[in-house]
Amino acid sequence: MKKSSVTVEKICLLAGKIMLASGAETYRVEDTMDRIAKSYGVENPQSYATLTGLHFSLDYTSSSYFLRITKRATDLHKIDDVNQLSREIVANQIPLEAAYHKMEMLEKNSLSFSLRFQILAATLVSGCFSLMFGGTWPDFLPACFAGCIGYLMMILFDKMIEIRFLAEFIGASFIGLTAASCFLLGFGASLEMIIIGAVMPLVPGLPITNAIRDLMAGHLVSGVSKGIESLLTAVAIGAGIAMVYGFFPV
Amino acid sequence: MLEIIIQLAASFIASAGFGILFNAPKKSLIPCGLVGMAGWIFFYTLRDFHVDIVAATTFAAILVSILSQLCSRILKRPIIIFTVSGIIPLVPGGVAFNAMRNFVENDYNTAIQLSAQVMLLAGGIAIGLMFSQVINQMMLKLHKAKL
Repeated sequence: MKKSSVTVEKICLLAGKIMLASGAETYRVEDTMDRIAKSYGVENPQSYATLTGLHFSLDYTSSSYFLRITKRATDLHKIDDVNQLSREIVANQIPLEAAYHKMEMLEKNSLSFSLRFQILAATLVSGCFSLMFGGTWPDFLPACFAGCIGYLMMILFDKMIEIRFLAEFIGASFIGLTAASCFLLGFGASLEMIIIGAVMPLVPGLPITNAIRDLMAGHLVSGVSKGIESLLTAVAIGAGIAMVYGFFPV
Repeated sequence: MLEIIIQLAASFIASAGFGILFNAPKKSLIPCGLVGMAGWIFFYTLRDFHVDIVAATTFAAILVSILSQLCSRILKRPIIIFTVSGIIPLVPGGVAFNAMRNFVENDYNTAIQLSAQVMLLAGGIAIGLMFSQVINQMMLKLHKAKL
């Protein structure tokens, strides 16, 4: 192997970092890192990923590298991009520098959907779920409205206070408040259906699925911690709604 | 009939919308919506035929995971993109909500009953997701054995 400023472990760690920070399953992260390393001629790559950190070494006894993951979000597009790039690397033997450059570009790439579009999606999702879970047409618009407000507040507070749990709690209480006020003003047929629909965009779908898939793949540490993460979110949502129910005996 | 059409449309929009919330690649949004729609309609019809709700969720989750497996093979994208948005309609949000509400209203008996049901439903989803993984591994092994 030629000596250059970009090393195999650097690419592997960057790939792992992007995937973990976008919410990939840990077994997929480890698998991708190993594949990339193997395509550059490393025989025994050792990788270990958890939700909050990443270890990688080129061989059993060589020194191991560590990377801390601080911010996690859900971004399926980036997971897919890294996946495609790693396939390319494995298939075509891209030189180290070029691959690293591509990976860096990937990391900097902004969201593929604008915030406005995401809020629109959250609005529609809320209304549709209230119809699916047994709501009637009068519930559709109030659910849309409450879901929109709740999601917006969740994103706003997530940026301000950086504690996901609190942001979800605040989002859920805003949903409760909006739904209750809509209902008291005479919009909607069933408060329950409005709230159930509006809460759905906050549901931790990805952590739940990941927790199950990681546990099945034998990654007990990550599986359990993802399970706890989704449980915390569920409790936050429940508590937010419950608080509103406590204040408004509807 | 109209009811079914409304449910189909609502579940398609809801699943594809979740794809947008999770920032799924644009090209995979329609498959995401279709997977979610298929899973939900299967669940809905089973429930209409008075199949137990836990069993219905499990079967629907199995269908979702098989379809996701197919989509991920055909489109060559990580399976997680399709399972996440497909599974979302099956998440027992309504039951969990009722459980929470009964806790707040100090009706612990009902609340604990409902919580137990939520646990069972979540377990059903887990089994469904596991099923496709098992089938996938068996197929790979068979494929290797043939070669």
